[in-house]
Order: sequence, then C-alpha cells, then structure tokens
Amino acid sequence: MKTTDSFGRPLVAVTGMGVITSLGQGKAENWMALTSGRSGIHPITRFPTDHLATRIAGTVDFLPESRRGASALTFALADLAASEAVGEAGLPKTDFRGPLFLAAPPVELDWHHRLRLYAQSRRGGDWRSLIEAAREAGDRELFDESQFATIADRLAEKYGTRGLPITLSTACASGATAIQLGMEAIRRGECERALAIGADGSATAEALIRFSLLSALTTQNDIPEKASKPFSKDRSGFVLAEGAGAMVLESLESALSRGAEVLGIMLGCGERADDFHRTRSKPDGSPAIAAVRAALADAGLAEDEIDYINAHGTSTPENDKMEHLSLSTVFGERMPTIPISSNKSMIGHTLSAAGAVEAVFSILTMREGVIPPTINYEIPDPAIELDVVPNVKREAEVATVLSNSFGFGGQNTCLVMAREAGQRSQ
Amino acid sequence: MNPKDVVITGIGVVSSLGLGAEAHWQALTAKAPQPVVDDARFAPYTVHPLPDIDWSTQIPRRGDQRQMETWQRLGTFTAGLALDDAGLKEDEALCAATDMVVAAGGGERDIEVDQGILDASLARNDHDVLLNEKLTTELRPTLFLAQLSNLLAGNISIVHKVTGSSRTFMGEEGAGVAAVETAAARIRAGQSSLVLVGGAFQTEHPDMLLAYELGRYLQRGGWSPVWQRRPEDGGGVITGSGAAFLVLESREHAEKRGRPPYAALGPVVSGRARRSGNGLQDALGEMVDQLARSDAPLLALSGASGAHEATRAEKAALGARRTIALRGFSSLTGHMKEAQFPFAVALAALAIHHGAAYPPFAEGEPPVEAAPSAALATAVGYNCFEGIGLVVQA
Repeated sequence: MKTTDSFGRPLVAVTGMGVITSLGQGKAENWMALTSGRSGIHPITRFPTDHLATRIAGTVDFLPESRRGASALTFALADLAASEAVGEAGLPKTDFRGPLFLAAPPVELDWHHRLRLYAQSRRGGDWRSLIEAAREAGDRELFDESQFATIADRLAEKYGTRGLPITLSTACASGATAIQLGMEAIRRGECERALAIGADGSATAEALIRFSLLSALTTQNDIPEKASKPFSKDRSGFVLAEGAGAMVLESLESALSRGAEVLGIMLGCGERADDFHRTRSKPDGSPAIAAVRAALADAGLAEDEIDYINAHGTSTPENDKMEHLSLSTVFGERMPTIPISSNKSMIGHTLSAAGAVEAVFSILTMREGVIPPTINYEIPDPAIELDVVPNVKREAEVATVLSNSFGFGGQNTCLVMAREAGQRSQ
Repeated sequence: MNPKDVVITGIGVVSSLGLGAEAHWQALTAKAPQPVVDDARFAPYTVHPLPDIDWSTQIPRRGDQRQMETWQRLGTFTAGLALDDAGLKEDEALCAATDMVVAAGGGERDIEVDQGILDASLARNDHDVLLNEKLTTELRPTLFLAQLSNLLAGNISIVHKVTGSSRTFMGEEGAGVAAVETAAARIRAGQSSLVLVGGAFQTEHPDMLLAYELGRYLQRGGWSPVWQRRPEDGGGVITGSGAAFLVLESREHAEKRGRPPYAALGPVVSGRARRSGNGLQDALGEMVDQLARSDAPLLALSGASGAHEATRAEKAALGARRTIALRGFSSLTGHMKEAQFPFAVALAALAIHHGAAYPPFAEGEPPVEAAPSAALATAVGYNCFEGIGLVVQA
C-alpha cells in the first residue's frame, strides 16, 4: 500500500482514539448516545446558579475530579481520553515515544483556592496579603494549578511522551490545532507518532459568566436537552460544555509495519486567521472560506470529494449563519445536498476540546457508516438551506469528512479525514 | 547554505531598557549596563517596569487600544516593531501570508473586582453565591477577551493584518521555546516561509507575582545580579515586563525580497528534564554538546531566571565550559516568562549582526574580546522545560 500522499508526504493514520463528554466515558457510550440523538445537556449542579442567566451546561459531572477545579478536571478528562486512545493503538501506556500536543483552556487559580488563601492571610485589605499568604502556605498544588505547563507536564510524565510537551490554545479551534500540529510533525519526519489531545474541564461559574457577558450563551434553560439547536431559526447561543478527545496519530508506514489497525486517515488541514473583529467573523466569510479551501488543497481533494461535513455548528446566530455562508461559497450548488451535522446539538460546545472530540466522532462516522443527527431541529432557519441530518441518525457510506472549528480571536481551522488511504485522488 | 535555512529578518524587543533592537544594543553594550528597577510599587518584590510607550505608534486606533489590557498591547506593539523592522508592515500581501506562533500566558484580571470579592468573603459563608453576584454585575464584558491567551495573536491579526495562520502556545518559558522551535521546523520543512514568532509578559500586576510566589520563586529585598541571588532573600526570581518578537524567514524568501538578515537560526533543542539530582545539569550539558560541536568560543545569551536550582544547573552546565561566555540578561531585564526565549534569540542575533560580544552584564561573567561567529540562546524554566538555540552568521 502507498504510504505517502499525492504530495509525496507521509500519510498520517489514526490508530487510537479516546473520548469523554457529558454523554459518558469512552467511544462506545458516546457513540450509542450520539446516534440515538440523546442530549447530555442538563441543569448545572456543580455550583449555585443564583443570579445567572444561563443555568444549564454539558458539564462532565461523573468523575471524582468533577468538583476539584478546572485544572484537576481538565487533566482527568485528558488522561481518560488519552488512556483509551493509547490502549486502542496497542502501544505501551507508559512509553509512548512521540510528542504530545495538548489543547487546553487557559486555567487560572480556582476561586475556591483564592478564597481559602485569603482566609488564611492577615487580611490587610489589599493584594499584598494574598501574595503573603501564598508564600507562607507554600502549597505546591496551588502553584501547579497556576502554571499553564502543568497538565501537559503530568501527561508527558505518565505516558512517556517524548520531548517538551506543547500546550496550545486557539480558542474554540484548539482541538483541531492539536491534531494539525501532530500531523505536521509526522509529515516533517520528526516522529513516527504523536499524541494529540483536546481537553476542557473549565466550566466554572466565572467561565459561564464571562461567556454570558459576551451574549454567547443560550438562556433557554427550561428544557436543557433542547437548548442547543444548531441551524434552527430559534437558536440563541451555545451551551457551555466539557469533554476531551484524544488521537494517536501515526505515519501510515509505521502503523502498517507494526500491524496496527488503521482507524482512519488524517488527510489534510488548513487554517486562516481573521483580522476583522475579536469575536465576529469578517462579513464575507473569506477567512473561513480560505481555511476550508486550504484544508481541501492540503488533502489533495476537490470540492466534490467531501461526503459529509462535521459542522462547527455552535448554535449561535452568528456562527451558524457564517458557517453556512462559507460552506455555500466553497461547495456551491451542491451544498444543500451534502449531509452536515453538529455534534454540539447533543454535547454542547466543549471549547478547547471540541475540535478533537469532533474529529473522533468524524472517524467513527466513517467507520460505522452512520451519521449522527443534528437534534432539536424543529424550526429550520429559512436562510440556512442545509441537509443537517435532522433529529435522526442516517446510515450512509462516508469515505471523507470535513470537520470545521472556528474560534474567538479569528481562529479558523479545518481538518479533512478519510476512511482509508488511497481512496480518492491518488 | 540552504534555501530553507531559517534567517532572522526582523526583531522587536521591549523591556525596561527601552524600545526596539537598536535601543537594546546601545543599553546592553554600554560600559556598565545599569538595570532599571522599581522596588517600591510591589515591595518587598522588585520588578523591572515597562518604559514609557506611545502605543499609538504601533496601534493607531484608540478602539483597538481600548480592547486590550497592557499585556496584549505590549505584545501587539512589539510584534509591530518586528514587522516594521522586517519591512513587512506596509506590505499587506506579505502580512496576509505570514504565519504566527505566539507564546502566551494569561491577561490581567480586574484587581478591584477580585479584591472586592475577597473582602466580601470574610463576612459571609455563601461564597459561591457571592461569586455569581459580584462577577455578573462587576466584570467588564470585554475584559474576558483581554484575558484570553489566544487573543494576543487575535489582536496582532486585527492590528497588523497577519493572517496566514495563528497559533498560541501556553506554558511559561517552554511555550516560548516551542514557539520558536516549531516556527523554525516549519520553515526548514517548507511548511512555511515567513513566520512571526514571539511573546510578551507584563509583570506589573499582583496576579503575575502571585503565580510565582505560590511556588516561592520570587526574590525579596532588592535587586542583585541573576547569578548572585541568595536563598535567604527568597526564591531568586526578579521579574520584568517585556516582549520579544522575531520575523523568521526561509533564506530563499528573504533573498527574493532583498532583505538582509541579522543572523541565521541554527538548531533549537528542547526538553523536559527531570529536575531531581543532576538531571537538569546533565540534560543541559547534552544539549550544548549537540549544538556546539567545535571548540570555537561561544557567547551564550542566557535567559536564566534566577530560580536557585535551575540557575545553578545552567551555570554548572554552561558556565563551567571555558569556551562559553555566559551573559545572563535577566540581571538587566528581569524574567519575562513566555518572552524569555524569543528575547534570548533576539539578543544573540544582535551580537552576531554587530560582530561584537556584549560586555559582562554582571560581575563574574568573563569578558570576550573576539567577534562571536555563533551564539547560544537559552531559556531554562524556573519550574519545568528548557531549550537552547544556536544563532549563527547568515
């Protein structure tokens, strides 16, 4: 089998995947729920919701770390997803021997810890007492929580990844960027395999409030499972959520030579920054359009060679409109007939994890021949003419997927995946 | 000479010593370079403060300035200096083709809102409700964006129209190392031909000091050179506000547009050494062996933080070699976290460009007479991760 792509670069295989969301832990549980059209969105119980406009989320509440702060939970989520992925790849759990790329939220010292420190201080009424209390406490756990390198450092230690682990943030595109960095490293011949993880356990009260203040979240609290309704006319914002996705990426040559099962191929990636506004896209959609086109070109595929699109589909008025505009520009008249669905209708927006979680679901879509639906699609937006695979899963032969990730700060990253190597355009 | 060699065609640096490459070269080659310190505002901690900056020279729109706090302004301003220096600033097509890797921490929290919550917490027990109450009513909506790590890159895209790609690495000094290393690797592999890479750190905010002091890393009781800090004065780190951005370019791309480089960036090596025992010292020794394959004298622009264990290991690994002359620039700039490694590379490139070594930055550093043909740039994390790069004549 040919192990290079049409540009002569090493093909990048996926040989292990792991996922965890509000729907459950592991691929089996998640896939079952996702294809049944079940929502993981629920009322928030982690913290009181007094004074909050939004009182629902897709938090992961079933782990021992779920109430131990964003840093501990983000690590736990990344760890569980990585463990599943490395296990499936048939690689030793403590000696990965490839680099680690972790997409993670910028986590600050947890408020509970800040308050606890202050209670121990001389309470002098200014910030000096907090710093003094910190020095006196000398609590290494709190220090670790304040350092952005910590989570990746711990994962690197546990899994035996090679070199300096990279933690990255491209906002809501982070998970896709982690995969992209892994692909690029393998294509450069720097490594035979890479561990790419997107993880986010940062649904704290403050995070929720910050997104609320930007009017990004829906306030349709009454029936939580119906709040996320991408591409619907009455969509009103995204639902904050948590989760993690992990992928073992490996040169196809390495995967074949060790007899690993190839779950899918990472065929291409593309990106483009937007210079228009901090939270809004350029009105003509040109950066997202350029990102999609760059991913297709990088994959060596033409527009008519994409079978299914895993949408960014956040359920905000702005995103879904712009995503439709961009895709219609790229795919033209064919767009209304290309199936496109949003996993976020069920799992909410897992932020830094989203690109990785949705890449895992994209590969499963191809392997299982089943497209997960966009649920809560009851009132179509007449301005958005799309086949969103409404409300019920669909069986379909899917050989190629485009997965979109767009984020605040003008981040646009797209991934193109294929079920098998050498299927198209060779 | 290879068309895919990585050359440095633009440098933007800001620290307490001044604005831009030329100001830094002048300040650092003065007979006895003097640190600029403020030991009152954050006493008992000393910081190297930002110089006066007219933001509008790089961020012309007031609206853009207002959307940022000092950290993002500093990074966006310094990125502008680098783009200007590389002759890219007015070239929209080239900026649109420029890739970007930014090493970022987090932005400034609203200290008054936070303090209000802390003080109110002393009088009541329902802290979670208190948080909701205060945060929903007192946080400025746009402050979230001023705090988000990837929004430094976002602002650079908006202000300077750099839109080829935008990636933000996080994780203290290691983020700066990985940013430069990744940018260089992409150029060598032909994945990119023009990259803006760098980082910024704004230390003049209590939370920035808090993050160090949670681990007892800061020095108290005044300034001293980075190699001469005593455990009885605290953890050894004195921080500084500053930023460094580099324009890295493939040799062929720079030649094609007729841009003379300052220097070339050779290999960059990085790692995650075990910090127990002699782990770090040994690892740094091996890294230097990989980079310095001859006995030729080497200038080493060291980003040593002053943190006792890491700084001791670096001094032992590099300072003990008679061919290496260490220059610990943090003595004069303070520790600039994510910006530390890009700053070290920038200073190394300036020495190669000028064909002259820096005089000792502090007592104990050996003088160098000969013009350096190569220089090392180091950043050893005060807590974890480390990297060294080799800068050579272009």
